[in-house]
Amino acid sequence: MKQQIIVSGIGGQGVLFLTRVIAQVAVNQGIPVLTSETHGMAQRGGTVLSTIKIGDFASPLIRTGQADLGLLLWEENFPVHQSILQENGTWIINSPHNSDHISIDAAKIARNLGNAVLLNLVLLGTALKQGALIFTAEECETAIKQLAPKKFVEQNLTAFHKGLNS
Amino acid sequence: MKNKIQLLMGNEAIGQGLIEAGCQVAAAYPGTPSTEILQAVIDRREKAAEPLHLEWSVNEKIAFEVALAASYTGKRSVAVMKQVGLNVAADPFMRTAYIGVKGGMLTIVADDPGPHSSQNEQDTRLFCLQARVPVIDPASPAEAKELIRPAFELSEKYETNIVLRPTTRICHSRQNVSIAKPITLERQANFELDTPRWSATPAFLPALHKKLNANLEKISFEPDWQPRLTSGDNSQPRTALVASGIVYSNLVDLLEELNLNNKIDLYQVLMPYPLNPDFSKNLHEKYDRILILEETYPVIELQLAHPGAVGKQNGAVPREGELTPDVTHQALAAFLDLAPPEEKPEERRGQRPSLCPGCSHRSAFYSIKKCFPKGIYPSDIGCYTLGMNLGAVHTVHCMGACISQGAGFYQAYQQDAGDFPTIVVTIGDSTFFHAGIPALINAVIQQARIIVVILDNATTAMTGGQPVPHMGIAAGNVPTKAVAIEPLVKAAGVEFLEVCNPYENDKFEDLLKNADEYIRSPQGGVAVLIARHGCIMDPAVRKVQDSFLVTIKDNCIACLICVDKFECPALSMDKDKNLAVVNQDRCIGCGTCIPVCPVDAIIKEEK
Ligand code: SF4
Ligand code: SF4
Repeated sequence: MKQQIIVSGIGGQGVLFLTRVIAQVAVNQGIPVLTSETHGMAQRGGTVLSTIKIGDFASPLIRTGQADLGLLLWEENFPVHQSILQENGTWIINSPHNSDHISIDAAKIARNLGNAVLLNLVLLGTALKQGALIFTAEECETAIKQLAPKKFVEQNLTAFHKGLNS
Repeated sequence: MKNKIQLLMGNEAIGQGLIEAGCQVAAAYPGTPSTEILQAVIDRREKAAEPLHLEWSVNEKIAFEVALAASYTGKRSVAVMKQVGLNVAADPFMRTAYIGVKGGMLTIVADDPGPHSSQNEQDTRLFCLQARVPVIDPASPAEAKELIRPAFELSEKYETNIVLRPTTRICHSRQNVSIAKPITLERQANFELDTPRWSATPAFLPALHKKLNANLEKISFEPDWQPRLTSGDNSQPRTALVASGIVYSNLVDLLEELNLNNKIDLYQVLMPYPLNPDFSKNLHEKYDRILILEETYPVIELQLAHPGAVGKQNGAVPREGELTPDVTHQALAAFLDLAPPEEKPEERRGQRPSLCPGCSHRSAFYSIKKCFPKGIYPSDIGCYTLGMNLGAVHTVHCMGACISQGAGFYQAYQQDAGDFPTIVVTIGDSTFFHAGIPALINAVIQQARIIVVILDNATTAMTGGQPVPHMGIAAGNVPTKAVAIEPLVKAAGVEFLEVCNPYENDKFEDLLKNADEYIRSPQGGVAVLIARHGCIMDPAVRKVQDSFLVTIKDNCIACLICVDKFECPALSMDKDKNLAVVNQDRCIGCGTCIPVCPVDAIIKEEK
């Protein structure tokens, strides 16, 4: 079982947390996982990209045209990271507009929940609903509970379910 | 321990490895991509089997020297820094090669090929070759952790400092890593006098140098640190691949994807310096062609000097930037005559980073630029480098350089007859402590007439908020003595010193003008303004700060001043309406954009 995923957004949007949740699910299942993340200057509102490789890999980095799934938190990054996905790869995009890809106004849903940052988990929920991940919703919930600060667990799970039931 | 397997970032894995290996003194100065290493040790300090001293030192030289002396007492110690931090620590680092250590000492230096968050992409392995210090190049977070304990043992066996060189892709990758119990060494500090060694004068150095060379040779033969061979099936006779660090991992995945694994001899070099001469000889005899992949400089390649080498020296492998899986693919395809990878579409640039919404640096830069539109603005390393976006940063060089560069600009201009431009230097509080103080003293005694603005946000913001000396807090939130900035500035001989919150832009601009008058007055010299406002990323700062609902009225004339010149990322143009708009998801309601609008279109209401 192998899957290569990218998470693309801008600093401050919760790309790192989403990356960790997905990787934690793999660890909980006993599956090897590698991620790479953007830290440093770019985190100040610049474009950031995480890669996640689930299964037997040595390197965390993904070659052009190899990723199976792209979670796009910042729509404007599409042309920047488009080429990392395989031609028949799946994009899940946070966007108020319709496109050829699966898009959902995750930002709006998150805003209605009171915090724009929650869009990351709305998007994760949508990805699960679309069957785009090799994990189950329960497995993701466990990881969210493990990683979210205690007082935000409920809010995070609500966001996740909003995406799941969107 | 609950979980034997944990998902850890490379830097966390290294921190965990240090605790498991019985390291008792760890000193660091923060810098991307190395910062989270000491943070990880701090977070796990309760797990340590024995007492542990942790410190965010004032700079890397100090961190190195603290760790060094601790090692003289027989304890295990580590100094942690980013690659350019090693330049700051170069002096003690170079001498340590000759003098050696007692307890195991590691220097962890994180390189940044790319570079992603650095002022250059220098290769610490080459630095080690010149310093004659063994260096280890791990290929994954898990491997970086695994190698720490044996590295301490190697350090103790030869009484030598050992460098562990992770790169950004190791530091900031996460992996499932197995956790072990920390060992107990039961060492009491015991500094054994050996003055000819610890204080070695030139008379003693030839012997020490000789010993160093002998040790390096022995280390190169250490069985546990030899290049690791994965044999091929001889379908590619007399051909081999040699790689180290993360590039080795990229290569492993690539070979698998291309169905070439176990088809060609593949060597992973764990310790790029010193290389075993027999390894080199073996490569010369067994192979006609070898492809060498390493980041960033050709360190292995130079040592091997193989006539059939394909690598950076003959230009087959790019000499700059990361050797990403794509770049690795191209090099491998060319080397093995495979179908070349599909042309990669031209790289598009994403969103550029900018100062956070509500950052007080933005207000300070806006005022500086407004007061001195023709000024020269030397700046420095930190979040405030992003003042570039506002046109208020003209030079960025290395930690602390801005004050001396400001002084240098002044000296060059003042010797010409006539006026000199107003030179406004901006330096962060952490950078000021790191390397700004000697530069300030120098500017004062050389009678430079410059304005130094210390952007004091009470933290090392760029790297995620490490403590700074004037806050009275040490690593792990431990209270300590505070060393205030003002008395230091005064003691440096500065006679114009003012403190102001840059959010109060009128007051700040008045002070800037006063400072300019001062530096141009007969008795003038260096003027220092401390622009003080907490970092907006600190939740405690947000909590006490007023927050408004900020919106833009229809009388906006679309002059773009707030969007482009002030550059708050929460502001943008609504192209359809031709009005500026506030993105309420990103706006923190600081209200600092209000005074920049020439027609008062930006308004605030109480939330
Ligand atoms: S109030 Fe103005 S300056 Fe402050 S965050 Fe909002 S848009 Fe930016
Ligand atoms: S500064 Fe004022 S007038 Fe100019 S674009 Fe911004 S809101 Fe509109």
